[in-house]
Amino acid sequence: MSTAVLQLRDVHRTHGTGEAAVHALAGVTVSVHAGELVAVMGPSGSGKSTLLNLAGGLDSPDSGEVLVEDTALSTLRRPQLAALRRRSVGYVFQALNLLPSLTAAENVALPLELEGVSARKSRPLAEAALAEVELTGYADRFPDEMSGGQQQRVAIARALVGQRRLVLADEPTGALDSVTGEAVLRLLRARVDAGAAAVLVTHEARHAAWADRVIFLRDGRVVDASGPLTQPEQLLETAS
Amino acid sequence: MSIRHGLLALLERGPRYGYQLRAEFEDSTGSTWPLNIGQVYTTLNRLERDGLVRALPENDGGQRPYEITPDGRTELTLWFATPIARADRPRDELAIKLALALTTPGIDVQAVVQTQRTATMRALQEYTRLKRSDAELPWRLVLEAMIFQSEAELRWLDHCETALVRYDRPAPAPLPQHDDATREAEV
Repeated sequence: MSTAVLQLRDVHRTHGTGEAAVHALAGVTVSVHAGELVAVMGPSGSGKSTLLNLAGGLDSPDSGEVLVEDTALSTLRRPQLAALRRRSVGYVFQALNLLPSLTAAENVALPLELEGVSARKSRPLAEAALAEVELTGYADRFPDEMSGGQQQRVAIARALVGQRRLVLADEPTGALDSVTGEAVLRLLRARVDAGAAAVLVTHEARHAAWADRVIFLRDGRVVDASGPLTQPEQLLETAS
Repeated sequence: MSIRHGLLALLERGPRYGYQLRAEFEDSTGSTWPLNIGQVYTTLNRLERDGLVRALPENDGGQRPYEITPDGRTELTLWFATPIARADRPRDELAIKLALALTTPGIDVQAVVQTQRTATMRALQEYTRLKRSDAELPWRLVLEAMIFQSEAELRWLDHCETALVRYDRPAPAPLPQHDDATREAEV
């Protein structure tokens, strides 16, 4: 199999101390490879969001190791970690976090410009990312001039711009109707099929079903994982 | 759904012989319901016995086509007009299994739930993959029916698990008692 873009090795993370301590993750090992979409499911408080925060370097484990493209995040100093996050990792959250005073293209180009890419160079990249999410012609609109679904696609374009290798999505279809939600999953899937690795946290089974692998978390542990079927034709026979 | 009515629906388009019926049946359900040729002929024989189809003379290729009779057409119309009753569906083995798992000593109900959840999720993934690959509308409708059913089952499993967490935690589940006092205490 191809190289793992994301690896969590025996990761533990506890929030709080003493009586109030919550073991958000209690020894989780997960690898996500290039071209693979992994969904994470589990009840509230099972550790889904903690897993995503650790994967994106927004939080660090108490023990265990998180590696992005073979770099252990614990070995990076703060500015290096920030650079890796900007360059390699794209985030799509339920809250879109679009800046209202910037146009669609400026929002999408923001991570590139923070990375030092000139506006002249980042603009065509942003336009290409907007085209990928079928928003050609919307580059100069402000968020409040767009529908919720369009804003979500801008947020996805921002997560995909500049060929990010790892995409982390937390309920990315949150407030969208089911058809628009499916369009979002289609985009995520297309980027993964083009070679990115992605982690999708969701409580919707129908959305998780777009993944190659579904990991079930409970009380901070992986209790099961559902990979691809070895004999899909069997399934169709039992469907009768 | 019975194969009977599926075959009648196909014969309504015109006379057909066994292999044609099998191929068209599988086409119209996107091969989600494979039939073997034996099932097709057994069903045709029964339909003929019941006067719903009629065998025509063999053609030059030695194949015997069948055509739908007026009674067959009435039966087909009735089938389309009648909703499928819940009671006609097979009993839900899974619901029964979970109910029994709850009351059988030594069975980890959560594990039973999780085993089923993984299997159902895997099925849902496969249906979704098939749907992604540009399925034609008739097949897509069949696939989406299966997608919604799997999703409903997964939601129900989540519900079962929540109920288990809530009710099982206080004490290691004692064997159910049958006297009225216990029953009242549970309420």
